[in-house]
Amino acid sequence: MYDLSKVVVTSSPHIKADDDTRSLMLDVLVALLPALCVAVYTFGPRALVLTVITMVACAVFETIYNKIIGHPNTIGDLSCFVTGMLIAFNVPVSAPWWMLVFGALFGIIIVKMLFGGLGKNFMNPALGARAFMMASWVGLMTTWTQPHASLPLIGTVNVTDAISTATPLASLKAGALPEASLLELFLGQTGGVICETSALALIAGGVYLLWRKVITINIPAAYILTVAVLTFLFPMGDVSRVQWMLSQVLSGGLMLGAIFMATDYVTSPVTPKGQIIFGIGCGLLTVFIRYFGGLPEGVSYSILIMNTLVWAIDKATHPRKFGYALDKKKEAQ
Amino acid sequence: MVYSFRGGIHPGTHADPGYKAATNTKPIEKLALPDQVILPVSMHIGAPAKPIVSVGDTVDLGQPIAEAGGFVSAPVHATVSGKVTAVEPRLHPNGSKVLSIVIENDGEDRLHESVHPYDFASMSNEERIECIRSAGIVGHGGATFPTHVKIQSGIGKCDTVIINAAECEPYITSDHRLLLERPEEVIGGLKMLADIMGVQNAIIAVEENKSDAFPGIEKLIADDPRLKLYPLKCKYPQGAEKQLINACTGREVPSGKLPADAGCAVFNVDTAGAVYRRFTTGMPVIRRIVTVSGSAIAEPKNLEVRIGTQVEKLIDACGGFKEAPNKLLMGGPMMGVAQFSLEIPIFKGTNAFLAFCGDEDKRVADPQCIRCGKCINACPMHLLPNYMNLYGKKDDLDNALECGVMDCIECGSCAYVCPARIPLVAQFRLTKGKIQAKRAAEKAKADAEKAKAEAEKK
Repeated sequence: MYDLSKVVVTSSPHIKADDDTRSLMLDVLVALLPALCVAVYTFGPRALVLTVITMVACAVFETIYNKIIGHPNTIGDLSCFVTGMLIAFNVPVSAPWWMLVFGALFGIIIVKMLFGGLGKNFMNPALGARAFMMASWVGLMTTWTQPHASLPLIGTVNVTDAISTATPLASLKAGALPEASLLELFLGQTGGVICETSALALIAGGVYLLWRKVITINIPAAYILTVAVLTFLFPMGDVSRVQWMLSQVLSGGLMLGAIFMATDYVTSPVTPKGQIIFGIGCGLLTVFIRYFGGLPEGVSYSILIMNTLVWAIDKATHPRKFGYALDKKKEAQ
Repeated sequence: MVYSFRGGIHPGTHADPGYKAATNTKPIEKLALPDQVILPVSMHIGAPAKPIVSVGDTVDLGQPIAEAGGFVSAPVHATVSGKVTAVEPRLHPNGSKVLSIVIENDGEDRLHESVHPYDFASMSNEERIECIRSAGIVGHGGATFPTHVKIQSGIGKCDTVIINAAECEPYITSDHRLLLERPEEVIGGLKMLADIMGVQNAIIAVEENKSDAFPGIEKLIADDPRLKLYPLKCKYPQGAEKQLINACTGREVPSGKLPADAGCAVFNVDTAGAVYRRFTTGMPVIRRIVTVSGSAIAEPKNLEVRIGTQVEKLIDACGGFKEAPNKLLMGGPMMGVAQFSLEIPIFKGTNAFLAFCGDEDKRVADPQCIRCGKCINACPMHLLPNYMNLYGKKDDLDNALECGVMDCIECGSCAYVCPARIPLVAQFRLTKGKIQAKRAAEKAKADAEKAKAEAEKK
């Protein structure tokens, strides 16, 4: 007789793939590392300190929330660390640490946990936090320091004229090409928030995510191509179309947004067609805000607006089911 | 050219795609005859067979012991010679007790007088179909639909016969070994099926991981222009009927319809083999090749066993368990049915018995959908599993239906890739049941109203 005491009976399938939520989130963290390295090189170790503080703050807030409602802790899925990293990547390096902690509080508690935690939030928590910080401390959120300026590790930064700078987007807003060359934009040696500046590092992370099949190319490609086409067709001022387009694509938060924020699983469509529509929508709104809005940058608000349309987009883009005729007439027969 | 479909998954590891390495090089071994066989009267889809022997009768090998209980049904034959010791309900792989005929083996393997070769060429089509029907041949891939019904309902509608040798379920290698060791049975069966159905297009579709069997097949099909070998991409569920037809012909079986509506008749490898053996030797369905594998099995094997042999005998022959198993499966790991006993018999549709002792299942306590969409890319029916789950859980049956829950083939691809480990297929089965119950209730209500209206008219 054999020992069958451990045998359980369950519904099929009886084997599962190795990838789980935790490993996917870990992949996203790994994909963000190149950008973090460039940020530390460009803005100094303060960038790393702020990032770590925000990640820890997110984990602490999620733990406390779970404790209060008596739910098992969920930080093991690592999603709060991704949120923390992205919140930190979305502020200027001169920002004070306490502002980031407030951002983490808003992103984790208000945007994510109050709606039911991972998978239930309708807005990207990191972008929600960014919008909250923009509304609360607009000065701190729009003060830019020059690359390689010497900054305190954690203390308050006194942004003097000597180290302050404008972002390339400010020039573009005025209808002029930025001072920084395209190569500097590509490598990220300009003013900007902690991790949006280096297109190269962000694209490297994106390629890693594509290779690991964490994301599909639909959203980033649709988003970036839309911005590229629109800015190529409608350059502002008397500048070379190609240069204008490339400056628009490489400046600001477009790469960070298109690769890491718009592809957030929870707040983007699940159907392939829907993902392309979502990407195009983000691209259109980004260009509209950059051209006509009050702010120089529109990536975060574009994605937030599109986040709210995800359910409608999914509903409108059901794929054609196997065994159903292509056109409706045949289907009816 | 390699044939395929859209969607699907690639189970297994890089070193061992499809987890087939444990048995795909092991020749088929004949299991010693068991002391007794248990033959349920339901080893097929359709009406249960009716026993025609009683306790105490002596039966011969191949003797009919239960006759078909209707048109969609199949007879059962004695798979050993010996004495009938019981006709009573016994545990069936479906989890319930089913009327079964128990035969004590006398070890003589005395052939029954009815077992004799047939002259296929001189028989009429009606005689041929009757010969297949009386042999108790059913779909050996697991669905166990009676083969004569499939043939009869397909004649005139089908222009293509496909032998399903995809064997896309992980771990299973019984079809592979049959193709490699006895291709003449399969190809012979394919020719006969093509003759009976009168088609000019007869395809044997094999996944590329069985390419070592290709030379043998190519040799046998060379002299018949009707026969073609289609290599298939290794992907699960390549062997699902609808996906296989789509891969081989580009056609889609319309929703809710049968393969014949797409002009195709699909038969399992071993079903074709059974047809060949029936006509050449006269032997009805008495044996089965079963892959015994999985992490808990000491020595995985491909075993040729008599139908009705209890699973315990197969485990014995494979050196028992390495570790106490936590999952026993009749069939493959993707669509197989979990078992709780080793007393159950091998039946006509059993292609594998698996035992696991590791964390293959990876269940978690409180799964949360993160909307990654992997299930949608994996679904071979192009449905929306995440929304089907969501609506199903909320009993929003209309929306679940709109997302395609009734078209789900329960292949498990979505649940396999789900990083949150949501038991999607289990939920879909629940939802399907609820939709069917609702439809039945609506129909009953409509019928009642109609009857009432008619009564009032009078």
